[in-house]
Amino acid sequence: MGLKSKDLLGMKQLTPEEIMEILDTAKTMKLVISSANKKTSHLQGKSVVTLFYENSTRTRLSFELASKYMGSASANISATGSSVAKGESLLDTARTIDSMGTDIIIMRHPQSGAPHSIANKLNASIVNAGDGMNEHPTQALLDMLTMYERFDTFEGKNIAICGDVYHSRVVRSNAIGLAKLGAHVSVYGPRTMMPIGIENMGVRVATSVADCVKDADAVMGLRVQLERQKSSLFPSVAEYSKFYAITPEMLALAKPDAFLMHPGPCNHGVELPTAVYDCDQSVINEQVTNGVAVRMAVLYLLMARRNNL
Amino acid sequence: MKTILKNVKIFNSDKTEIYITDGKFSESFDESSADEVIDGKGNMVFPGLVDMHVHLREPGYEYRETIATGTAAAARGGFTAVCSMPNTFPVCDNAAVVQGILKKAQEAGNCRVYPIGAATKDIEDTCLAEIGLMKEAGIVAVSDDGKPIPTAGMMRKVLEYASDFDIPVLNHCEEKSLGEGAMNEGIVSTSIGIRGCSTAAEDIMIARDIILAEYLGVPVHICHVSTKGGVRMIRDAKARGVKVTCETCPHYFTLTDSACENYDTNFKMHPPLRTEEHRLAIIEGIKDGTIDCIVTDHAPHHQDEKEVEFSHANNGIVGLESSFALSYTYLVKTGVIGLDRLMDLMCYNPSKILKLGRGGMAVGDDADLTVMDLDNEFVFEKDKMLTKGRNTPFDGWKLYGETMLTIMGGKKTYEKLC
Repeated sequence: MGLKSKDLLGMKQLTPEEIMEILDTAKTMKLVISSANKKTSHLQGKSVVTLFYENSTRTRLSFELASKYMGSASANISATGSSVAKGESLLDTARTIDSMGTDIIIMRHPQSGAPHSIANKLNASIVNAGDGMNEHPTQALLDMLTMYERFDTFEGKNIAICGDVYHSRVVRSNAIGLAKLGAHVSVYGPRTMMPIGIENMGVRVATSVADCVKDADAVMGLRVQLERQKSSLFPSVAEYSKFYAITPEMLALAKPDAFLMHPGPCNHGVELPTAVYDCDQSVINEQVTNGVAVRMAVLYLLMARRNNL
Repeated sequence: MKTILKNVKIFNSDKTEIYITDGKFSESFDESSADEVIDGKGNMVFPGLVDMHVHLREPGYEYRETIATGTAAAARGGFTAVCSMPNTFPVCDNAAVVQGILKKAQEAGNCRVYPIGAATKDIEDTCLAEIGLMKEAGIVAVSDDGKPIPTAGMMRKVLEYASDFDIPVLNHCEEKSLGEGAMNEGIVSTSIGIRGCSTAAEDIMIARDIILAEYLGVPVHICHVSTKGGVRMIRDAKARGVKVTCETCPHYFTLTDSACENYDTNFKMHPPLRTEEHRLAIIEGIKDGTIDCIVTDHAPHHQDEKEVEFSHANNGIVGLESSFALSYTYLVKTGVIGLDRLMDLMCYNPSKILKLGRGGMAVGDDADLTVMDLDNEFVFEKDKMLTKGRNTPFDGWKLYGETMLTIMGGKKTYEKLC
C-alpha cells in the first residue's frame, strides 16, 4: 500500500488504482474528522511543512489540520515574512527546509512546474498544492471524493465544468483524473479563456453553458481568476454573468439528482449567483470537509510508502 | 610558417593534402621545408564554418560567457568566423563598444568575430543607433536581436537608414502583443499549464518585414525561423524577387515542444520549440533552399538563471559545439541534403549575406578550415564543452561529425586531444 512515487506532483503521475486507494483511504479519514477525538498517530514522529508562495485559505488550512489530526509536527512558511522576500531562490529555500529533516513539503507556487523542478533534488516528499496553471491534484481528489460518495462508479458519468478554463489548474487536474477513471468531462467558457488544444486532453469542448451542463451528473463552476489576468478576457462582469454563469435555469438542465460544486473561493454574482451557491444541490461546503479527508489520505499514503521502503 | 595537413579528404576537391604558408592556402611545397606536418587521419576538411548569430555576452555578462570562452567554443565547433549580437551591457550601439569587442576577439585569437550593432539606441526602439559610425568601426549588420523591432514604423526607418550604408538588417520576429509565453502555444503548453506564444506571433512579424522589404526594395534577413508559416511566406517572397533571406537553428529541426513536458529549462528558448508539423516544415525549407543559413543563436546562461521555475528561466541554449554534428547527423546522414548544401547553410550563405568574404580555399585565401570525423559516432557531453554555459538540451546525444581540428588564418584554434 502507499503511493508509487516519492512525490505527489499531479494527477498525471497517478494511476487509476492509486487514485482509488486515496479516495478509499479518505473515506476512512473522514470518520476521524467527524469524531469527538480528532487524533490519530498516522504521522507521529513526522514533520510536515507548508511552503506557500501564493495566498490560500482552505488548501493551506486543510493541509495543516490534516497533518495535525494525524499527529505530525507541522510548520508554515510563506513567501512574505521569510527569506524569499530577501530574494532567496526556490531551490535554496526548499533545500533549507529539506535540511531541517522535513518529511513532507507541501508547496503552492504561482509558476507551473515549480514543484517538479525541485522534487528530484530533495529527500522530502513534495506535495503539489497548486502550481501556476498546471495542476492542483488534491483539489481534484477532493472533488472526486465528493463525487465518489454519490456515485458507485465514475465510469460513464457526465461532469460539466464551466468558467475560466485557461487559468484553471483545477480543471486540468480534474480532467486528467476523471478521464483516468472513465468519466466524461465537458468544459465551457469564453473562447478567450479556453486554452488551445484542450480538446486533446480527453475532454469535450461544449458550445454553451446549456450544452455543457445538459444531462450532467455533476456540475462544477470555476472561479474567474482576476489575479491571473494580465489583460481583459471578457468585457464586464454583467456580460460574463449573463452568458457564462451557472444560473438556476442552467442547473435545471442537468440530471435531476445532479449536484453543484465549486473549488472556492467564489465570486458571487459572477460565475455563480448566490442563489445557486446556496441551493439544495450545492455541495460546496462538503467539498471543504472532504478537502481535509483527502489531504489526510495523501499524507498518510506518502508516508506509508516511505515506511515500506 | 609552413604547415602541411596530409592524409585528408577535402570538401569539393580530389586532393589529399593542404599546404599553408604564412596563414594562407598555398601551392604545394616539400615536406622537408614544413614547420609542422599534421596527419588528418583520413578525416574530411571543410572551409571554416561561419555562424552569423551568436551571443558572446561580453561586455557586461562575463559570468555567462566571455569573448575568449565563446570563441574557444566556436573553434571547437569548427567555426572560424562568428557574428556577435549586440545585446551586451552596455549595448553594442556605438563605435567604442564595437572596437572593444574586436580588440578582445583579437587578443583571444580563437575565431574571427564580426560584431553586429544595435539597430536602435540601447535596443529601446525609440531612435536609430549610429549605424554609420559603427560600420566604420567594423559592424557587419544591425539587429535588436533578443527583442523584435516592435513597430512597423521603426522597422521601416531602420531598413531605410541601414540601406544607405549597405548594412544588412536582421530581425527577431515576434509580435509581442499576442502574449509573452514561455513555450510554444499548443497542446503541450495547455497540458502543463505554461503560457504559450503562438506561431501566429512569429508569422505576423515575418509578414510585416517581408511587406516592408518588398515595398522599399531593400534586403531584410529573418532570424531563427521556427514556423511553417514563416517558411511558406519567405519561400513565396523569394519567388517574386523580394530580397529576403533567413536562418534557422539546429534545435528547430531536431526537437519539438513535447521536450518541455518535464519543465526542463534547457529546452526553453525564443522562438520556442514548435510541434512536429513545424519541425518538418523547417526541414522542407532547408531542403528546397528557402532557408539560407543554419545558425546557433548560441545563448549561454549561468546555471542560476536556468535552475529556476520554467517561466522565470532565461531563454536560450548554447549551440556552437553541437551545431555541425546535429546538422550533419540530422540533415546529411538522413539524406535530406548533401554536403554541398550543408556548406551553403553553414559557411557560404552567411558569408555572402553579410559580405564577409569567407569560405575560400584557393591559393592565397586565408587558411580557415576545419577537419571533421564523419565516420565515427561520438557522444556529445555537456561537461566537455568549452563554453561557460551548460544549458544544452543535447547532453548525451549520439552524433556524427565531431570536430578534430580547426585552423584559422593558419593557426590551430582547436585540436582534439588523444
